[in-house]
Amino acid sequence: MPQDTVNPIPAREELIRDAVIRLAGNSQDGIQSIGGFLARLAGRSAQEVMTYMTIPATISGGPSIFQVRMGTGEVLSAGDEADFLLAFYQHSYDNHIGFLKEGGVLLYDSDHVKPEDSEHRFVLVGVPISALTVEALGGSSREKGKNLFALGLLARIFKLDVAKLRAIFKERFGGKSEDVLRNVNLAFDAGFSYPIDNVLDRYFSFQAEEQGDGPQQVTMDGNTALTLGLIAGGVRHGAGYPITPWSTIMEMLRQQLPQYGGVFVQAEDELAAVSMAIGFSYAGRLAVTGSSGPGISLKMEALGWATMAEIPLVVVNIQRGGPSTGLPTNVEQSDLLQAIHGSHGDCPRVVLAAENVEDCFYIAREACELARKYSVPVFVLSDMSLASRIEAFDEPDLDTLMVEPTLDTEDRPENFKPYDLERITRHAPPGSWVEGGVFPQVTGLEHDESGHPSANPQMHAKMMKKRRAKIQQIAAELPASQVFGDTEGEVLVVGWGSTWGPIRETVIRERDRGRKIGHLQIRYINPLPNDLEGIFARFDKVLVVEMNDEGLYGYGQLAMLLRARYCNPAIRSLNKTDGLTFKIKEIMQGIEAISPFPTATL
Amino acid sequence: MSTASPTPPKAERGVLTKKGLQADHPTWCPGCGDFAVLAAYYKTLEKLDLPQQNIVTLAGIGCSSRFPYFVNTHGGHFIHGRSLPFASGVSLGRDDLHVFVFGGDGDGFSIGGNHLDHAGRKNFRMTYVIMDNFVYGLTKKQTSPTSPQGFKSKTDPWGVFDRPTNPMRKLLSSGATFVARTHATQIKHMMEMYERAAKHDGFSVIEVLSECVEFNKGAFDAGNPRKGGAFEIIDEAVHDVTDMAAALALAEEPWPGKFGVYYQSVEPTKNKLESDLVQATREKVGHRSDKELLSKTFASMR
Repeated sequence: MPQDTVNPIPAREELIRDAVIRLAGNSQDGIQSIGGFLARLAGRSAQEVMTYMTIPATISGGPSIFQVRMGTGEVLSAGDEADFLLAFYQHSYDNHIGFLKEGGVLLYDSDHVKPEDSEHRFVLVGVPISALTVEALGGSSREKGKNLFALGLLARIFKLDVAKLRAIFKERFGGKSEDVLRNVNLAFDAGFSYPIDNVLDRYFSFQAEEQGDGPQQVTMDGNTALTLGLIAGGVRHGAGYPITPWSTIMEMLRQQLPQYGGVFVQAEDELAAVSMAIGFSYAGRLAVTGSSGPGISLKMEALGWATMAEIPLVVVNIQRGGPSTGLPTNVEQSDLLQAIHGSHGDCPRVVLAAENVEDCFYIAREACELARKYSVPVFVLSDMSLASRIEAFDEPDLDTLMVEPTLDTEDRPENFKPYDLERITRHAPPGSWVEGGVFPQVTGLEHDESGHPSANPQMHAKMMKKRRAKIQQIAAELPASQVFGDTEGEVLVVGWGSTWGPIRETVIRERDRGRKIGHLQIRYINPLPNDLEGIFARFDKVLVVEMNDEGLYGYGQLAMLLRARYCNPAIRSLNKTDGLTFKIKEIMQGIEAISPFPTATL
Repeated sequence: MSTASPTPPKAERGVLTKKGLQADHPTWCPGCGDFAVLAAYYKTLEKLDLPQQNIVTLAGIGCSSRFPYFVNTHGGHFIHGRSLPFASGVSLGRDDLHVFVFGGDGDGFSIGGNHLDHAGRKNFRMTYVIMDNFVYGLTKKQTSPTSPQGFKSKTDPWGVFDRPTNPMRKLLSSGATFVARTHATQIKHMMEMYERAAKHDGFSVIEVLSECVEFNKGAFDAGNPRKGGAFEIIDEAVHDVTDMAAALALAEEPWPGKFGVYYQSVEPTKNKLESDLVQATREKVGHRSDKELLSKTFASMR
């Protein structure tokens, strides 16, 4: 076994803050695994990490990439361009070389890739990855393991902590046969001991970051964080139907909930899934349902019932490209208006949007709290990019965050009314005795305070107000909105959901070059916080950045809402629907378009 | 419905009476078969004498689905066609409850037809009563999935073309573990079917022929001796209720067919299977607290 440390060698060592490494191959090559290993390693090394993955919509196979940005300091986006490109195939090279920045390193499998002869913009490093992997593993493996060979190369180039990597291999593969773990190490070692310094004159080291006393970091993707947030929030029941990219949440809930005494049901369809979840909640077990794209559309009637009957419920929408079947494996933020208004009738409910992977945990937990407290359906909006992206973040403090579910079947007093006009509805689930022996009804018909149907026009107006007023009360109780950067000035960049990272990075860069710019990410979409009007007024322009269409009138979905509410002509819109996350330069251009840089030279 | 779990002592809450079970006065048309269905439900509940607070009466949409408002138990009036998944959540979430679902032929065989197949297959512990009148009554006489060919409705004024659903064949093929058929004019038989369904540990479903006097008058006279018809009860000394092939053969008999229990079998309920899974899993994780379990999951992601 080779030594786990790099021998002193004459090659230059370069200290870097962060590196964007794009791994391009086919989906069955295990490049997601390398990405996952790098992400976990970064998480354990007090480095920041963010990953970005594309998976083909085909069942198996097809080009696929995994991108890791790791480094010291806060990593906010997956990166506009790559410092390193690892290309396994000619198509990987052809499709992704344009993403490599000038002077960047192209690491390629010389058994499959032939770069153009005239290519001088990049550092070209060819390694016969396929042949050497087969050789290392004894020739019978048909190139399986070349992802680990490549990881060995990267470990060498970036002076990664090999002992920690080996520990991760052991956790991942140790449960399988010894052969598997041995082959993993063999392939890795072959890559690690490859004399890369013959072809690459540099090594890279991440700048040392002071290891704080803060909490341990954990590394996971957004769907995992969201699932754990639901569990921390006290959800033990739910139902769903498979659809990308929601499915991994239902899979994890199905597997996790039994140990907590709960159950998750794979229902026959989306309508059954939402109905079953509502049934759990009505029975006093706060439940979750969720889906993506078409599945959310199918749930809308039942969600209207939950608003009308005032049933607590958490609804997760991992957005993808629409309309219809749309772009099932691409990112888009085009379900915002549906989340707010998607059911028929005036149907107020709560809509929250997660900013990043860490926030998927916190927002899911908060959704449970709001659903319970206000007896209302709460939407959690995430998206394709957050679903599969891996990030490291501080381990949450469960001592303060964990909510143990309770079933409230205490006796109710004689005057108990499920839809009391004087207070927020708190249902008596079945099993509760009501003094006087008159039991409550829950219904989707307009009803009186006892839950019995009422077509009385005044009662309809009163009940409508009751359902609206509790949402307005939430707005009054929201924490103050936090503006990052300048709190007054040229442009306030407003976003919601996963655009948080690219916007934050853009604003940092713009401020670094002297612009007075702020960033506000709105987590509470419905109701909106009450303090936005004053914040907007302190900026010359408000630029709302969204991954959705500019619509018939030139404004994205949130921009349209904000303009409608505040009648502020300074509110502008920056939209795109190319199925990809925002690049920093795209947002910078958007800012430039509405508020040119004073020196006129960009 | 639940027979597996202990229910709280009911003595202190008193004995169930018809008066105690009545709620709003039914809004059905005078003479509607649904009145009898409701009356038989009261009587069955009185007889079963379950703790009142643990009875749940649920429904979808339709004339018959107004049912919960007329019964003084915990009740829910859900959306069209989805009462079964809604009730499944209630049943699976709470093993201590006795879940009864009422609905019509539109709810059960048309808009909610798919749910019937899966509720049956998964064998949720509950009782489902389909009040079949062969017509859409609430919306005033459109064709229903059980309307016979030739029936003149507002959507088929020249007579229905489409072949009707065979309710018993559909219920049997769903995988329901208790399938019975009765007639709203035969109170005693209806009560017997309810009681047996309620005591069945699994998904029990009953088709009740319940006449719509407004839009389909006389439709079920052939099954009513008082109207010159024949109410032929299945002789269980001859018909083996565990024999699916025999049950399917009964389902193919010409109108008005036979009444009684077509099929009954003992299969583990979804409720039991999930609850066993929980027990086994809790055992495996050493009955750790929720916080310890979640902390462990986070620790594995360090």
